[in-house]
Amino acid sequence: MGLLSDPVRRRALARIVLRLNTPLCVLSYVAGIAWFLALAFPPLTQRTYMSENAMGSTMVEEQFVGGDRAQGFARDFAAHQRKSRALPVAWLERMMRSVGLEVYTQSFSRKLPFPDETHERFMVSGTNVYGILRAPRAASTESLVLTVPCGPDSTNSQAVGLLLALAAHFRGQIYWAKDIIFLVTEHDLMGTEAWLEAYHDVNVTGMQSSPLQGRAGAIQAAVALELNSDVVTSLDVTVEGLNGQLPNLDLLNLFQTFCQKGGLLCTLQGKLQPQDWTSLDGPLQGLQTLLLMVLRQASGRPHGPHGLFLRYRVEALTLRGINSFRQYKALEGMFRKLNHLLERLHQSFFLYLLPALSRFVSIGVYMPATGFLLLVLGLKALELWMQLHEVGVSPQEAGGSPNPGPPLPGAQGVSLASLLAPVLISQAMGLALYILPVLGQHVAVQHFPVAEAEAVVLTLLAIYVAGLALPHNTHRVVSSQAPDRGWMALKLVALIYLALQLGCIALTNFSLGFLLAATMVPAAALTSPHGPRPFYAALLMLTSPAAILLGSLFLWRELQEVPLSLAEGWQLFLTALAQGVLEHHTYGALLFPLLALGLYPCWLLFWNVLFWK
Amino acid sequence: MAAPCFFSRLWRAALALLALGSLAASQIEDQAKQFFRSGHTNNWAVLVCTSRFWFNYRHVANTLSVYRSVKRLGIPDSHIVLMLADDMACNARNPKPATVFSHKNMELNVYGDDVEVDYRSYEVTVENFLRVLTGRIPPSTPRSKRLLSDDRSNILIYMTGHGGNGFLKFQDSEEITNIELADAFEQMWQKRRYNELLFIIDTCQGASMYERFYSPNIMALASSQVGEDSLSFQVCPKSLCVSTPGHRTDLFQRDPKHVLITDFFGSVRKVEITTETLSLQRDSQITESSYKEDRMDEELMEPLKYAEQLPVAQIIHQALLAEVWTLPSAPCGMLGSRSWPATFTETEAEGLAPPWGLHSRPVGPYHHGFLQDLWNQAHEVHFLDSRVREGRVEDCSLG
Repeated sequence: MGLLSDPVRRRALARIVLRLNTPLCVLSYVAGIAWFLALAFPPLTQRTYMSENAMGSTMVEEQFVGGDRAQGFARDFAAHQRKSRALPVAWLERMMRSVGLEVYTQSFSRKLPFPDETHERFMVSGTNVYGILRAPRAASTESLVLTVPCGPDSTNSQAVGLLLALAAHFRGQIYWAKDIIFLVTEHDLMGTEAWLEAYHDVNVTGMQSSPLQGRAGAIQAAVALELNSDVVTSLDVTVEGLNGQLPNLDLLNLFQTFCQKGGLLCTLQGKLQPQDWTSLDGPLQGLQTLLLMVLRQASGRPHGPHGLFLRYRVEALTLRGINSFRQYKALEGMFRKLNHLLERLHQSFFLYLLPALSRFVSIGVYMPATGFLLLVLGLKALELWMQLHEVGVSPQEAGGSPNPGPPLPGAQGVSLASLLAPVLISQAMGLALYILPVLGQHVAVQHFPVAEAEAVVLTLLAIYVAGLALPHNTHRVVSSQAPDRGWMALKLVALIYLALQLGCIALTNFSLGFLLAATMVPAAALTSPHGPRPFYAALLMLTSPAAILLGSLFLWRELQEVPLSLAEGWQLFLTALAQGVLEHHTYGALLFPLLALGLYPCWLLFWNVLFWK
Repeated sequence: MAAPCFFSRLWRAALALLALGSLAASQIEDQAKQFFRSGHTNNWAVLVCTSRFWFNYRHVANTLSVYRSVKRLGIPDSHIVLMLADDMACNARNPKPATVFSHKNMELNVYGDDVEVDYRSYEVTVENFLRVLTGRIPPSTPRSKRLLSDDRSNILIYMTGHGGNGFLKFQDSEEITNIELADAFEQMWQKRRYNELLFIIDTCQGASMYERFYSPNIMALASSQVGEDSLSFQVCPKSLCVSTPGHRTDLFQRDPKHVLITDFFGSVRKVEITTETLSLQRDSQITESSYKEDRMDEELMEPLKYAEQLPVAQIIHQALLAEVWTLPSAPCGMLGSRSWPATFTETEAEGLAPPWGLHSRPVGPYHHGFLQDLWNQAHEVHFLDSRVREGRVEDCSLG
């Protein structure tokens, strides 16, 4: 008989698994964490290289010398913007036309679900201005975009000046094979989202915008530019986009090539490249950069206009920096090399982690870390399954089990109803957490002396905490004959639910998946009604989704070497909650629904298990 | 005393004439010796660029540079088969439209006004290339797309593009392997389509392409060894990018030291009509010394011979009259077979001079001294055209 069908052998196997379960779980968890930490070290991290032949094996000699012109344009723009508080649309149109582009405008408006405290806006309406440089000898089938986001708080006038000067220079060349779109958006990312939706003729976020009059074909790549003199480092590149999407690594390689060629100082996550990778310092610094990237990617926010381009599979980067003339050549060179492209960027990796600008970790190398972590959940679930079915126990030793019938928890003395109730109630709490804050903000404002944004956040927290009181109430509804079996079955369901969710999240947004797994897996595995209840309660509280968010904020600031005090941290936490809800409604960020509808109910199930009577 | 004076003058004049005549004869002899030094009477070039797209600009520039050199040294367009994707000059990305430069200082426009591309754009395929080499071309192909070489042609074959270990990539969709190429050259040899071949390959790992050659009279040059990339030194300095040229001369029968570059890159245009007759020595030192020992000589028990291309006698089972017998239209350079119809006597063969240069002399493909034998047979050599020759047949059966 086979290994699994022979009852004697099966029992022996089950006994081995049950005995070795805890050591295996611990080993697996430690292996996962260790693997992740080792990602910044040389064998697992490799040098970047240009995969696209069209960009790698071509030579480009930059000739742009219009630095003064750019400064002039910037001064004019700043002056005009000071006069009218909004974007000087007419001036921009005139300037772009004088430079030789085809100019179009687009107006958009949006009413936010609740007022945005950080940007101080509620009813947003604005105008985007864009000019198209048509390729002289090609059919306008493909295009590149240079975009400069302008907002009321960040004037970005230097970038506008550079955009106009580059446009003037590009207009005089005849070697363009793709159209170039020079886009100036108002209200930062809202304008960019409006333009993108209108360009691709979709409506994902409920933005009202006028249709675009001028188009230029499929966008192959985009570069967003933010130049202000507040930033200390020279040129900082951001790759993480909405919902953790990343551009093709070749675009970053292209930028890095021009950094090296032009002698520019380029940073990633605000940190310079470590030079020495053989000793311990380089990899440790790389680990810091890697953790910063993981935190940023996990947050799922679009850290710049490029993040919104990625949704339409347009490879894009955001460059932030101080104004230095050498940047012009880098930008010109980047666009000239992108001009050589014949197909979309697809040769290089789409999923990667960056310990440094010239080092990367590919998905095939970093995925096993999450695999090890999820293995713990699988092992625990297996153990529970075996215990529920008493597989390791011979028929003589088994007592109290009326009939070893079909392997359903229901037949083992735990009714399906008793399992379904906690699951449904937790899910309902999650739904309430998702819908109620925004829906009920007006009711809250009427009864309490708070602003709308604060009302939303406070409702969120209130519902969250109310969920903690659930276990004491559900037992009035549910009664089970075999109390021991009940919690095991519930924990089994919860473990499988958590494993599925984390697995799916890790595939699309590895950073979020890994972060959640690293924190939630130990608590989930350990939870049981027997054992030190206060300790388990504390552990579970610390690893609840909200606490993870709070913790990661502190970690992020710590890594950026700007540590937070507790009060500051709490304020930042509240702001982050509001921003999360807002971004979900305005850009379609998925962190808020994931946490509210997916992870919070799952976590509540574990909370239920802990307080099982 | 007039008579002796006259006679002495005559004698002196005769001596002078004789001296002059012998001088002239020796000059003619020298010229003839020079002429037969390499054994070829016409030159062809097949220049292939196997890449397309803007980022392969350098391949097209290389091919056009070779084209320019070869044209400058005398090979006319009718003898050059140029295969290019030809999408550089008018590419939207070209900052100087209608030009292709071979160096980044942009001094020399190799595209010029008179580039004649025979196979352009998507016609550059492995199939077309092999058809050009072997001559198996559909009858509708224009003359400019054919390689009309014969057994006295020296052919230069230059190939550039992207290559790997044992293959060369043709326009992103197919490859040609070194075995295919070697077999194509063997077909060329068996069909007497070349006298000597210079094969130059300018790709990554180019040396792998000539590893499999097995036909005689081929000299091969490659720009890189197996395992090396072939990169331009304008882009990558020599310290970083290692690219060691390679060569193969073991199949080549002359000493490479005595081979002129113009034997392949230039054109033989020696069309000299002379009324003088010249008897070539049976064993001139030049021919003897310039031949290497052929290893195959010892292995061959009997000399190899051609199979009859079209055994008409067997097919129609009747003796043919020499006058009505017209040979099937064979491509230029085809040699006849040894077992000519029995009724075809030598004297009758004399009168038959096929216009396309058919040599009614059987030769074996591996006979190293076939040129020597040729001279053994020829009493008079008249050159009317660089490709056509008629000879007086002394002995039809040649071992």
